[in-house]
Amino acid sequence: MGAVLEIVSVNRTYSDDKENVVEVFQNLSLSVRRGEFLTFIGSSGCGKTTLLRLIAGLDEPQSGQLLFGGKDIRGTDPNRGYVVQQGGLFPWLTVEKNIAFGLSVRGKQDKGEVARFIKLIGLDGFEKSFPHQISGGMAQRVAIARALINKPELLLLDEPMGALDSFTRADIQDKLLELRKEDELRSAGGTTMILVTHDVDEAIYLSDRIVIMTPRPAKIKCVYEIEIPHPRHRGGAEFLAIRRDILEKLELASAKPQPEYVI
Amino acid sequence: MKTISNAKFALETLLTAAGFFTAIMVNLAVPQAAGEKIKDYAAGPVMLDFNALYRYIVAGIILIFLLSGVFAFFDVDRRVKYVRRTPFRFVLGIALALWDILGTKYQVLPMPFFPGPAKIVETFLIEPGFVFENTLYSLRLYAAGFSVGVLFGVGSGILIGWFPKVYYWVAPVLKITGVIPAVAWMPFALTLAPTPFTAAVFLMTMCAWFPIASFTAQGVQSTARAHFEIAKTLGANTAQLVFRVAIPHAMPQIFGGIAMANGFMFTTLVMSEMMGQPGGLGYYIQLSRVWSAYYKVFAAIIIMAVLFSVILSAISAVQSRVLRWQKGLVK
Repeated sequence: MGAVLEIVSVNRTYSDDKENVVEVFQNLSLSVRRGEFLTFIGSSGCGKTTLLRLIAGLDEPQSGQLLFGGKDIRGTDPNRGYVVQQGGLFPWLTVEKNIAFGLSVRGKQDKGEVARFIKLIGLDGFEKSFPHQISGGMAQRVAIARALINKPELLLLDEPMGALDSFTRADIQDKLLELRKEDELRSAGGTTMILVTHDVDEAIYLSDRIVIMTPRPAKIKCVYEIEIPHPRHRGGAEFLAIRRDILEKLELASAKPQPEYVI
Repeated sequence: MKTISNAKFALETLLTAAGFFTAIMVNLAVPQAAGEKIKDYAAGPVMLDFNALYRYIVAGIILIFLLSGVFAFFDVDRRVKYVRRTPFRFVLGIALALWDILGTKYQVLPMPFFPGPAKIVETFLIEPGFVFENTLYSLRLYAAGFSVGVLFGVGSGILIGWFPKVYYWVAPVLKITGVIPAVAWMPFALTLAPTPFTAAVFLMTMCAWFPIASFTAQGVQSTARAHFEIAKTLGANTAQLVFRVAIPHAMPQIFGGIAMANGFMFTTLVMSEMMGQPGGLGYYIQLSRVWSAYYKVFAAIIIMAVLFSVILSAISAVQSRVLRWQKGLVK
């Protein structure tokens, strides 16, 4: 399988209110394989979200290249789906219309397809509900379906489960794995998914590869290949070994040692 | 949840009607003490005097109360609502009866400024066609002024909210014209507009512009950046960002602006009719005042009250339909 996304020595800086230049990434390079589930993990503020925004086409790097399917990323593309932490569902549209948004802005009405996706995420009976009438977990599933209905080659997930309780979170994680197996979505060699999170368990449970980032300026600390077969068991020996290893790496990866508090 | 027993509800319904029923009885029983020539008018095949018409209208109100009572009977919530209104409706009927005695029967109120209720409804016997024509004129003017005002206000509000350049140049003009009561433009409007009708439409548009445009602009500007970004990643183009994201998001503010402007538009409508229209309820008031026919003025005011309340409830019905996605509005 070839690379679906190439990140080639990308630099991104911000100037803050006091005109200080903050470097988000320094010379970041990475190649994302077609069809894989890749997770970026690192402490908050390490530029994971900025990286996803660059890939989504909502932001531009100062230097370096982001190649999607061999072409420079310029602006957004429905072929690169984007799901954020708080869902960002349009509150004025029903569940059904939210999911249909991507199709309808591109002039492709397809009621059957929308119904199929509602079934896939298990929201039958909630088609006509408005976002404020459904739970946070349901809203997040709608947000994922809304991005997936465009059949993107790449799905960017910016802590989509960050605001949910652990039961709902586990439920959505399974849903994501299930959706990846969907035949329809596999047609383009499988939907490549890039997840940003700071939940180590989530990363190991879902990913084929985990990229550990150092804080600003963000650099790749190390990359893990996770080869445990699905369904993965969160208490399994292999799982726990990787978990311990990653947690150690993350501690090493943080800039300063955490101060100790005595209560 | 409060529940009301069948027997109690039936009693409350009767009590609701009792006030107005008293009004009918009083009108029939109390003799005409003050000297007043009671004329008969031909209303279709029958002859009516003003007392008869007054009683028919009151009977009509009683009928509405009873019908809505039957309607409310089958719903627990509606029962509670209905019963809550009972004292007010009862007292209203009694007040009407008192007014009838003081105004029509004994005429102890200063005449001709405070005619009795029957005298006021006599207007509809004297010149029903003319009153109807003027009501229609007002409605037509309102429809034209409201449509143009809302279209212009919402349209310019979207431009102001979306384009920073338009905001820079237009917002100050909007703010300045916003504080000027629209009727101040009347002299210009009347001389420059081709017809008095278009002049009034212009004035209504002017008074609606500030509230509608500024609320709309605010609604568009306050759209979350995240919503635009999500829409873009889903494939929306710029026009779709405006029409599918910013405008739906601004709908609550747009309706807020319209509700506010609507009051101004009623005022402007009546003022301009009183000052230079060839018809309309305002014109009718002005005409009747000249002849000291104050009962006709009251009649026109009552029509306005009914008409404007109907318009307001129509607007709020549309609003709650369009904004049913908002939290708190949906049960």
